[in-house]
Amino acid sequence: MVRAKDLPNRNNLFTSGHRLCAGCPIPIITKMLFMASDWPLVIANATGCLEVATTIYPYTSWNTPWIHSAFENAAATISGVEAMYQSLKKQGKINKDIKFVAFGGDGGSYDIGVQALSGAIERGHDFLYICYDNGAYMNTGIQRSGATPFGAATTTSPAGKVIPGKSQKRKDLTFIVAGHHIEYAAQATVAKWQDLHDKLRKGLELKGPAFLNVLSPCVPGWGYPEDKSVEISKLAVETVMWPLYEIEKGVLKLNYRPKEILPVTEFTKHQTRFRHLNKESNKAVLEELQKQVNDYWDFLNSVDGKRIV
Amino acid sequence: MTQIVATTGNGAAAYAMKQINPDVCAAYPITPSTQVMEDFSEFVHDGIVNTNLVTVESEHSAMSACIGASAAGGRVMNATSANGLALMWEMLYIASGMRLPIILTVVNRALSAPINIHCDHSDAMGARDSGWIQLYSETAQEAYDNLIQAVRIAEHPDVLLPVMVNFDGFITSHSIDRVDYLEDEDVRKFIGEYKPKLPLLDVDNPISMGLLALQDYYIEFKKQQQDAMARAKEIIKQVAGDYKKQFNRDYSLYEKYNFDESDMAIIALNSSAGTIKYMIDSYKAKGINLGLLKLRVFRPFPTEELVEELKSKKVICVLDRSDSFGAQSGPLLAEIRSAMYNLDKRPFVYGKVYGLGGRDLEENHIDSVYGEMDAYVKTGKVPPVCEYITHRD
Repeated sequence: MVRAKDLPNRNNLFTSGHRLCAGCPIPIITKMLFMASDWPLVIANATGCLEVATTIYPYTSWNTPWIHSAFENAAATISGVEAMYQSLKKQGKINKDIKFVAFGGDGGSYDIGVQALSGAIERGHDFLYICYDNGAYMNTGIQRSGATPFGAATTTSPAGKVIPGKSQKRKDLTFIVAGHHIEYAAQATVAKWQDLHDKLRKGLELKGPAFLNVLSPCVPGWGYPEDKSVEISKLAVETVMWPLYEIEKGVLKLNYRPKEILPVTEFTKHQTRFRHLNKESNKAVLEELQKQVNDYWDFLNSVDGKRIV
Repeated sequence: MTQIVATTGNGAAAYAMKQINPDVCAAYPITPSTQVMEDFSEFVHDGIVNTNLVTVESEHSAMSACIGASAAGGRVMNATSANGLALMWEMLYIASGMRLPIILTVVNRALSAPINIHCDHSDAMGARDSGWIQLYSETAQEAYDNLIQAVRIAEHPDVLLPVMVNFDGFITSHSIDRVDYLEDEDVRKFIGEYKPKLPLLDVDNPISMGLLALQDYYIEFKKQQQDAMARAKEIIKQVAGDYKKQFNRDYSLYEKYNFDESDMAIIALNSSAGTIKYMIDSYKAKGINLGLLKLRVFRPFPTEELVEELKSKKVICVLDRSDSFGAQSGPLLAEIRSAMYNLDKRPFVYGKVYGLGGRDLEENHIDSVYGEMDAYVKTGKVPPVCEYITHRD
């Protein structure tokens, strides 16, 4: 098992000086990626927070080859890079072992980029796709996405007098990806750093496509103090709003089972995006959210240790 | 030694790709360009080329993968048509903005709606501002020769821009034509080894590509692109010069046919030039002279050269196989008229929109155009600046 004291000695190629918000956990994910890697990495980034905040010309935070081309196509872009690598390697023009990674937010992964992601996975490119799921289009100003939780207020699903926040369920992208019968798809969080490290490592190690969905709380988007990202992540796990599991060769394994599952209000009460749910008139919304969370957790438990795809 | 074969435009394009032997092709099928990648897939699966073929799930991903592959540091090709090109639209600008020398065969087809699979140039004309060099081809032979030259043009260090090689859907893509293939070895020597300047896969010298450039830098990037486009004109001529020297095949920015013999000229792109040449020959037999200027290079637009060629004519009719709805005319006429505007004495420049969605351009259409031009020269009767022909009212 990786030890915390070893991590600072690992080769972090994501530099300081980036312009991500104070408290944003995306840099934790990014640094952990490098700490989990023994290989040179080539990275493709979808348009989004990580991209705009790290590569404002003429500066870059990346000491590793990095490419951005558009919003919906990080998986297609990395598949081209990887295809060229395979071609040149076969021709003897390159001999290094290189690993390929694509980063997208939930907008770029769940929604506009889901086709490119599905295609690249189906074609079997050797890459790790990391979705940093902050539950809305944060880079454009907190618009609802397919990953926004039920009931959450965003700028396009506001807590209105008639419609109190988002009225649809979250899309289950991890399962959509697992449905491609790939070797590895998992969910992680920065609150469980060893688990995150190991999952990144596993995704990099194996040959073929791997997918990691990492919850990434958003200080301005979720509305909580900037020193609480890890704590909020922890509450997401303890309330099983964000269950930690992996699907390896089709077998689902729950990686963490809280001793005592906290009610979802323990997660929601710290965030302004759920503030309207405290109103008596929105009690049903909160109950529905809790019901959905229970339901998903029950489902995961029913398939824990079993072959699901 | 060359090899003369009977093949389709698509077959010739696939054969050029075989000889170019790109490192990666990422493509998605669309009529009428599908056969290019079908034929090429056979070369891949028979182990004749080194290419890694990426059979993507859309044209958007096709161009995205081409961008990734080209940035990684190798030769990249692809083929598409119509709606496929339209779906790539976002990525076309990114390919040129990132200065990636990708080669794209565009088998010209009408854009929907109504859906139609036949030829016009609305696809390529829709991409005319996307920063891609555009070469047009009358025949399968020209498509083949243009593709080989396109590699040298795109990869030239003074250019580094993607190139679209256009030819007409079905008319050229599916008709059997005589094509004279060069030897594999000659093509290989002509295009040379590709040496990418800053390959992404050089992990020892990491670079970031596709950065955010705001008010403080964006316009400089764009000015550099425009300068590269301007330089491309000379490089296209140089490459054509080399091609002629080595293979004795004549290419330039445009081709003139009976042009200097007449004070009337038609300007057209792609396969319609063949119909017009045929009509010119039949007029000549009757002692009538009509000229043709077939444009090979639409981007960069050879303004100075065209003005020089056209300024002494009395009347010029420009044939557009696409329209710019609500504009003064089709795009080709608009550019030619604009180019001529600052001359003190200029010919009358007018045009037609014709052949949309594959409607044939027939002899009687050229007869009418000639009749108008002749009447203008003889009586000064002014035809409308731009109108549709080949349609039913």
